[in-house]
Amino acid sequence: MTSSSSSRTSPRILAVASAGGHWHQLGQVCAAFDPADVTYVTTLDGLPQKSGFTRFALVQDCNKNAPFKALICTMQMAGVLMRTRPDVVITTGALPGVIALVLGWMIRRRTIWVDSIANAEEASSSGKLAKRFATLWLSQWESVAQAEGGRYEGSLL
Amino acid sequence: MIFVTVGTQLPFDRMIAMIDDLAAELSLEVFAQTADPTASYTHIKHAPFLTPDEYDDIIGRTTVLVGHAGIGTILTAKRVEKPVIVMPRKASLGEHRNEHQLATARHLEGHEGVYVAHDRARLATLLQTPDLTPASFRDTPEKTRLQTYLRDFVYG
Repeated sequence: MTSSSSSRTSPRILAVASAGGHWHQLGQVCAAFDPADVTYVTTLDGLPQKSGFTRFALVQDCNKNAPFKALICTMQMAGVLMRTRPDVVITTGALPGVIALVLGWMIRRRTIWVDSIANAEEASSSGKLAKRFATLWLSQWESVAQAEGGRYEGSLL
Repeated sequence: MIFVTVGTQLPFDRMIAMIDDLAAELSLEVFAQTADPTASYTHIKHAPFLTPDEYDDIIGRTTVLVGHAGIGTILTAKRVEKPVIVMPRKASLGEHRNEHQLATARHLEGHEGVYVAHDRARLATLLQTPDLTPASFRDTPEKTRLQTYLRDFVYG
């Protein structure tokens, strides 16, 4: 992967999602941005290539039942943040997204959580975890956004 | 061909066993991604997981997608513009951590190209329906709203 050399005015965006539904949604969400501004991070080799993304990094997948994998993922993610120096970290989940968000928050970057459409009645557990580290916390369900004190600003479905 | 997918996290034997059964009964050609390395079925081809390339290859030859009511399934169907039948996993049967797939299924009811089957009878009916409408990724107002909001937030 290479780091972005975009001009000072265009933000560097780090877009993070684990493989599966989170990744699909991340691609849809990031269609909103200039492709040149985005570096993607996911957990399964082949996915970014399939979408035609040239700037990407891979990290260890993890969940709350796998603390050692979470530690590996955290160290890899810290490396990615150091190399890409993003202005904005955006994620659709799950735990690797939380890790990216927390790291981004620690270095005072803007952080965006977009909770997965799959969580229609209650925010995801990783979403709840991410809450206090997110500059902007969105749910794709109005009722969930209300219950969590987040925002609803539209949905991919 | 019918492509069945249950995502990468958990097996969904109830649905796949049902489809294995129906494949014999209705003479269907089925490939199932089972997330279960130990699974064995009689009337369908199956694999626990697929690489992204294998996945794309199979999707290309698929006429109807069948899946758990996961968001990955729905988004794939929309992306490749194929009809999709979804069956929600039930946490009450130990098929997931919570009942969110029932909620997702309720929301999807009536969505163009997305068909919800809660039981074997409905699944059988849908699998025998010749011209299911394909799902598609049309830019809905809600999707445009989300993208616009995020663009304004990041660039504004």
